[in-house]
Amino acid sequence: MKVRRALEARKLELPFLETDLPLNLDLSRRDILKIAGYGSLAAFIAACGGSPTTTSGSTTGGTMSIGSYQSDPGVKAGLADIVNAFTTANGGTKVTVNTVSHNIFQDTINAYLQGTPEDVFTWFSGHRMRFFADKGLATPIDDVWDAVKSNYTGAFATAVKGNDGHVYAVPTDYYPWAVFYRKDVFAAKGYTVPTNWDDFKALCAKMKTDGLSPIAMGQNDGWPAQGTFDIINLRLNGYDFHTRLLVGQEKWTDPKVTAVFKKWAEITQYYSPAPNGTTWQQAADKLLRKQAGMYVLGLFVSDEFKASGKQADVDQLDFFPFPDLGTQFDAEKALDAPIDVYMMSKKSPTLSKDSGQAKAFLQFMATGSAQGLFFKQAPGSIPTANNADTSTYTPLQKKAQQIVSAAGKITQYFDRDSRPDFAGANGMQSFLKTFIANPQADPTSLQGKMQQFWDSLPAEV
Amino acid sequence: MANPATSAVPARASKAPEAGAVVATRRRRRYSLLTRRDKVLIILMVGIPLTLDILLIWGPTLASVLLSFTDWQGIGTVTAQNIVGLKNYKTLFTGYAFFWPAVEHNLIWLAFLAFIATPLGMLLAVLLDRELRGKRIYQSVFFLPVVLPLVVVGFIWELQYAPSDGFINNAFGLVKSGKIIDWLGNPSINIYSALIATSWRHIGYIMVLYLAGLKSVDPSLREAAKVDGATEVQTFFNVVLPVMAPINVIIVVVTAIEALRAFDLAYIFNHGTNGLELLSILITNNSISEASLIGFGSAIAVVLLVISLVPIIVFLSRAMRAQA
Repeated sequence: MKVRRALEARKLELPFLETDLPLNLDLSRRDILKIAGYGSLAAFIAACGGSPTTTSGSTTGGTMSIGSYQSDPGVKAGLADIVNAFTTANGGTKVTVNTVSHNIFQDTINAYLQGTPEDVFTWFSGHRMRFFADKGLATPIDDVWDAVKSNYTGAFATAVKGNDGHVYAVPTDYYPWAVFYRKDVFAAKGYTVPTNWDDFKALCAKMKTDGLSPIAMGQNDGWPAQGTFDIINLRLNGYDFHTRLLVGQEKWTDPKVTAVFKKWAEITQYYSPAPNGTTWQQAADKLLRKQAGMYVLGLFVSDEFKASGKQADVDQLDFFPFPDLGTQFDAEKALDAPIDVYMMSKKSPTLSKDSGQAKAFLQFMATGSAQGLFFKQAPGSIPTANNADTSTYTPLQKKAQQIVSAAGKITQYFDRDSRPDFAGANGMQSFLKTFIANPQADPTSLQGKMQQFWDSLPAEV
Repeated sequence: MANPATSAVPARASKAPEAGAVVATRRRRRYSLLTRRDKVLIILMVGIPLTLDILLIWGPTLASVLLSFTDWQGIGTVTAQNIVGLKNYKTLFTGYAFFWPAVEHNLIWLAFLAFIATPLGMLLAVLLDRELRGKRIYQSVFFLPVVLPLVVVGFIWELQYAPSDGFINNAFGLVKSGKIIDWLGNPSINIYSALIATSWRHIGYIMVLYLAGLKSVDPSLREAAKVDGATEVQTFFNVVLPVMAPINVIIVVVTAIEALRAFDLAYIFNHGTNGLELLSILITNNSISEASLIGFGSAIAVVLLVISLVPIIVFLSRAMRAQA
């Protein structure tokens, strides 16, 4: 079990750790045929009857299909509940869900969207959403968004827009990145939550003298340090620079980037030992076992606490937003809060017939009640809709919701905001390991390598 | 062909005086040992594997070579715009920060297996070939890791190497004294950590191969050497080793192949980054997964193919010479 989890944790998509084994893909193909069959049958009947054709305009009844990476038992059950509720609410629409193991879905997304995808598919917001929109593999859904946008805060509205200004996705859930700590440790040692950089460093120094590893860091997996890069860059250089940098409109050799690494190097001495050889779970374990004081990670760290089996530990987990760095960009309160979305494909063979139902489904997904059904099964993912029922939230979830709604700008995390080839293992993940291994070295040569690597990549669009 | 002396098997087009002989040969050929059924069977038995081989191995190989001249990213069809000539290779050899480290690591891998792990495996085989008490137990112990998939070997060793919870750092008291060694995270030592893990398995593998070979050495050769007063070491190097030549070739080729296809451990340990870059992992990380730099990944694959051809050709030429 531990081995399997460790295997799956190699990928970023953490809320979905307990993935099923790869799904039988034949089944999906057959399903598509089946749907296509139903469709042509329906069209045939409609044509025979000579009744006024309403199939294209109708949004109730009929069929639609979803390609889903929600393969973990919890989230899978959540989606099943939503589908049932939708079928009831939408005049008996028959929904076919094709669930594919999360990592496989992600790795094969290119081929999937070009082949015969389902009408609606699960995906992430950010650059990866805009990428497929630009490639013409997603259908704009401005009409759906117009109908539901009153139910969302402004940050979500920016997160679902493509480069062409059209809306391509409906956000359904998210989790924030922050600095996690144990309340009991802070209470016992009399620590207070730091709000600015100097207090943060002072707290680290104090923890060190108290025999704690001030900040847990598990960079073996490559991606965790990207979260720290994101937040320091956001605080130091602002949202606009950060997003432009990640898509190559700014240079990695920019002195502003040097400043990020210099700032970062001020706290690397407080990292837990051997960060590059520690997995993120081992680092989480340090926080759990009170060996480390703080941990910069996503809300999914609570899953690791839950896995310990002791609710008492989960109850002690708390977090605070990354401290201010004393720049004008502190006011943005920007943070990484990866948003999961539903999108409409372009090449689905059934889409022309199902588009009404698909849009109805996307609209349904934008309601707090539908998202609540999902949340009940998957408490690591916080609903996005304004009218979601927050009465069942734990204090941690409430707080997560608060800091995200207080954020002026939301980013999606490095590997969702940038090109996957640049962000990946033999790219930025490696460069950040080099930095972590020797943080006091002059970062400019490393920055040169980053820029050189970026320049060697073929044009993405 | 011009030289009649060499035309023992006459060319069909030949209209020389020996034409009658040619006809006779032809006739004799017609009554070949193979019946019609045999021929159909041969065509089927050679043809089907050959078709599969071309379809599944040489087709994709050729496709990879062709793709390596493009910047195709797996979306849409390959068009003329995608053709970038030698750009991928140029980037690879001059600009890509991970290529030369990967080549270096593959070479270290090869050297370590060839000069340390493989000789150790051979030594174990020689030792276990003698009449020892509990020989079977030793054999089983050394062979056990070979049964495990490399992925599992990776997990086992990852747990041993873990910085503060791992067995090694704790067993040597490094955690207590605060001198934790980052076996997998320190880029200058993690390749050796991986090599120790891979040797753990490789040694047993070589041992079994070599032991099988040793069993086939005629015992009278050793006895003769003993009678002549040769020491154990002399017997091994001057008698046993030359007799084992065919096995030795296999061992060398197996070692080379193991070094070139090294992948699993480094991938498990840290996705082949930070000192564990390997060519096979660069291919995977670039072309499979969401990155989809298929053209660039293919260029790395072509480089690996060219390197792999060396041991393959050596092996094949050896095997063919042995048959001739």
